[in-house]
Amino acid sequence: MTVSVVRFGGSNCDRDALRALEDLGIDAEIVWHEDGLPADTTGVMLPGGFSYGDYLRAGAMAARSPVMDEVRELANEGVPVLGVCNGAQVGCESGLTEGAFTTNASARFQCEHVHLRVERTDTPWTTGYEAGEVIELPIAHGEGRYEISEDRLTQLETQDRVLFRYCDADGNLTDEANPNGSKHNVAGVVGERDSVAVLMPHPERAALADVGGTDGRPLLRGFAAE
Amino acid sequence: MSLADSDRELVVDELGRDPTRAEAALFENLWSEHCAYRSSRPLLGAFDSEGDQVVVGPGDDAAVVALPDPSGDGYSDTYITLGVESHNHPSYVDPFDGAATGVGGIVRDTMSMGAYPIALADSLYFGEFAEPRSAARRTKSDDVDREHSRYLFEGVVEGISHYGNCIGVPTVAGSVDFHPDYEGNPLVNVACVGLTDADRMVTAEAQEPGNKLVLVGNATGRDGLGGASFASEDLSEDAETEDRPAVQVGDPYSEKLLVEANEVLVEERLVQSARDLGAAGLGGASSELVAKGGLGAEIELDRVHQREPNMNALEILLAESQERMCYEVRPGDVDRVQEIAERFDLGCSVIGEVTDGNYVCTFEGEDGERETVVDAPAEFLGDGAPMNDLPAEEPPEPAVDRPDVPLREAYESVVGSPTTASKRWVYRQYDHEVGVRTSVLPGDDAALVAIRETEDEDGVGTGLAISAGADPLWTECAPYDGARAVALENATNLAAKGATPLAAVDCLNGGNPEKPDVYGGFKGIVDGLADMCADLSVPVVGGNVSLYNDSPSGPIPPTPTVAMVGTKAGYDAPPMAAAEEGELLLVGDRSLGGDDGAQPLGGSEYLARNGGSDEFPALPADPESFVAALAAVADADHVQATHDVSHGGLAVALAEMVHEDAGLRVALPEQGGLGSQREQTGLLFNEQPGRVLVQTTDPDAVREAFVGVAPVASIGEGTNDGRLELTTFWTELTYDAAEIADLRSVIADTME
Repeated sequence: MTVSVVRFGGSNCDRDALRALEDLGIDAEIVWHEDGLPADTTGVMLPGGFSYGDYLRAGAMAARSPVMDEVRELANEGVPVLGVCNGAQVGCESGLTEGAFTTNASARFQCEHVHLRVERTDTPWTTGYEAGEVIELPIAHGEGRYEISEDRLTQLETQDRVLFRYCDADGNLTDEANPNGSKHNVAGVVGERDSVAVLMPHPERAALADVGGTDGRPLLRGFAAE
Repeated sequence: MSLADSDRELVVDELGRDPTRAEAALFENLWSEHCAYRSSRPLLGAFDSEGDQVVVGPGDDAAVVALPDPSGDGYSDTYITLGVESHNHPSYVDPFDGAATGVGGIVRDTMSMGAYPIALADSLYFGEFAEPRSAARRTKSDDVDREHSRYLFEGVVEGISHYGNCIGVPTVAGSVDFHPDYEGNPLVNVACVGLTDADRMVTAEAQEPGNKLVLVGNATGRDGLGGASFASEDLSEDAETEDRPAVQVGDPYSEKLLVEANEVLVEERLVQSARDLGAAGLGGASSELVAKGGLGAEIELDRVHQREPNMNALEILLAESQERMCYEVRPGDVDRVQEIAERFDLGCSVIGEVTDGNYVCTFEGEDGERETVVDAPAEFLGDGAPMNDLPAEEPPEPAVDRPDVPLREAYESVVGSPTTASKRWVYRQYDHEVGVRTSVLPGDDAALVAIRETEDEDGVGTGLAISAGADPLWTECAPYDGARAVALENATNLAAKGATPLAAVDCLNGGNPEKPDVYGGFKGIVDGLADMCADLSVPVVGGNVSLYNDSPSGPIPPTPTVAMVGTKAGYDAPPMAAAEEGELLLVGDRSLGGDDGAQPLGGSEYLARNGGSDEFPALPADPESFVAALAAVADADHVQATHDVSHGGLAVALAEMVHEDAGLRVALPEQGGLGSQREQTGLLFNEQPGRVLVQTTDPDAVREAFVGVAPVASIGEGTNDGRLELTTFWTELTYDAAEIADLRSVIADTME
């Protein structure tokens, strides 16, 4: 069982993701996008960073690289796929998940810790949380505002595909607690299958006991879920 | 600017002929103040750069320092690199690109040593930008200047954010200061910490004739021509338009690819020596590389991969196109190096080889003729520049003229000043957590970065504390003592988080050295920094000098940015934030335990905001013992919070500790000649370094730790209401956490 952490030119959270997964006892390796996914890939992580320097649009170029065809194929087979930060942008750009992550309402890069409300606990990524639990994760992005048409958002919410929303420490969905102006405070969503998820906050930065808290650990355990 | 006549004579004497155009341009750049340190090198001998921990001292791309062995015995094979660079003039002309390329340059200096960059620290200095809160404050600037300072500030922060975030190196520490004398010449000082070990380390010293010189990275274009000589002149009125071609434009995506390619090259041991291309471009990097090895080179300039057609030899030689590295590679490894470069979509050209002769560059022009454009001894290029012996004038002693300001107005003027304000608006724009090493985040006294590479069998690794900054008010008031204070303050920041100082690098910024009073002030900061670092037993392992920070609005204050690192076992540190209970102790204030009243107010934010002048405070007699005692006590179980007292004095330190959940009830001491309005004002606002606030449940243990080292006084206690209650000899002040946050939010309020 090996999780492939796909490194594009400009990925910069690949090592952090690898270390976090290894710390959880999950077998993982960094895979250079041009080399394609190894045959024994049992999970795919699209890490944060600035793939292709965010030129054109964040995630747009990486989404069109050949390795993403392989990722889509595995996703359709039910292999767990997690996109974090730039990986979430790549996920939306490549059609794995709906909507888009675009320029923050502040028009500035923001690095800070945020609270998230866990909206579902029946996905591989969230079985380790309690319903409605408030967790704390770091964000670090300039383009994290979730944008989607009203119709599609309604549909997404009807289908219960919102995984995390930005909230205050008590779990209230306020504008103040929404760091980037995301629609309906959406921080992360699942794709057509629950095994495919994207989010802007960084679980791998909250996964080691010594630095940054551990609220991200249950999420990454999704790769080890049966 | 062209090669000075006296320099030209030296060159003609050495070469036995007139220099070619390319040689003249190369000498002009390499012998500029920026590259050759002609006015500063005679002073830099003051620094002590020796120590058991020092692996590579000053003179290479970055310094290399061994981390203490986790057993506590000697030093390990895990090394850090330390480097600092200024990008002052480019950041004035084009703040976004100027600051961004400053980050790129210091990161490549780190890579040159075979290290992976793990942390950045930026110290930034701008003119005043905020609207005055108090009519009494001094002001030199009109509205246009304020707006311009805001533009520079915003652009510089965005440039650093853009570049640093993209390459995935966390910006964990730094400082931002505002002073009217930076209006015409802001300062951008960037420090980088890298990680390497005894096996991986590389230097910029060419090893072996016959080895190939390989250029990896961006294609060379006509950008940044003459940057080194541009950095060695005063900024003129029309610098923003006239000098724009001398500013390079960075591409962090290329830099990130270069970081990763470099990592593979180093891991596979393919690099014999390396130097990044910075000032004076290829000519600078390649000639310095071979000069350091006492060797020469033969370079065919037309083999450099180029971005623009029809570039001539001089342009290829001196262009400062970014994101390029020059490697010395064994002939048998060249194919592998090319393969790795290709994998990362980077250009790569084998441009020549190391020789034991002169530094020679040839160029095949359009006519097909190969012509020698440079043929000079590498060491003469690198070290032949004559040093300047400049007259220096001692700075005058400040007069004593203290203002009389009501306490509340004074307190709010100081706590509400942009310089002492919260810098969250700045560091929120920097990714300070990528790498997952940052255990103490920006906004505290020092950042703490986890070096897990040294972890022992119990899983205890090295916590690397990083502090960077200076205080222009201190060095403006008293260059020598102010610089001593800067060094001590950075050391105190580290010790407050339980770390013992290990090494420092400095970025010495001054005005036009040809003005004797400016040079005198510059000499003062060099000597002050050197003396305090020696007193603290902290080797100064490298640095950077930036002179001619002078513009039509006058010289900058002499500004000695220090980036200091320290180490401790593990990654935990006491917070700055107050706890609900526990006694608050003020440690190290020289007025405690004496009868002479408070320290003077010279160099303080209080005087900057309210007018007047005073002498600079006296510094502790034994700073090394103070720092050692503080580092030892900070991690004790009974210590709940620690905070360095410095910029803005006790007034600001108290405000910074208070937050929504915990407050402080403080009564200023009256004994020892402090029982008057004048002396208590002095106690609250003076900026004597080497002081710290410690909140503890066991005050006797803290007193014990400082016996014979520093005076300790109990000044208050923690509360659970998030209020600061300050009782003085004659009046009381009370603020709640929200009011303090509001006072301290002047930067965010102004910029958004």
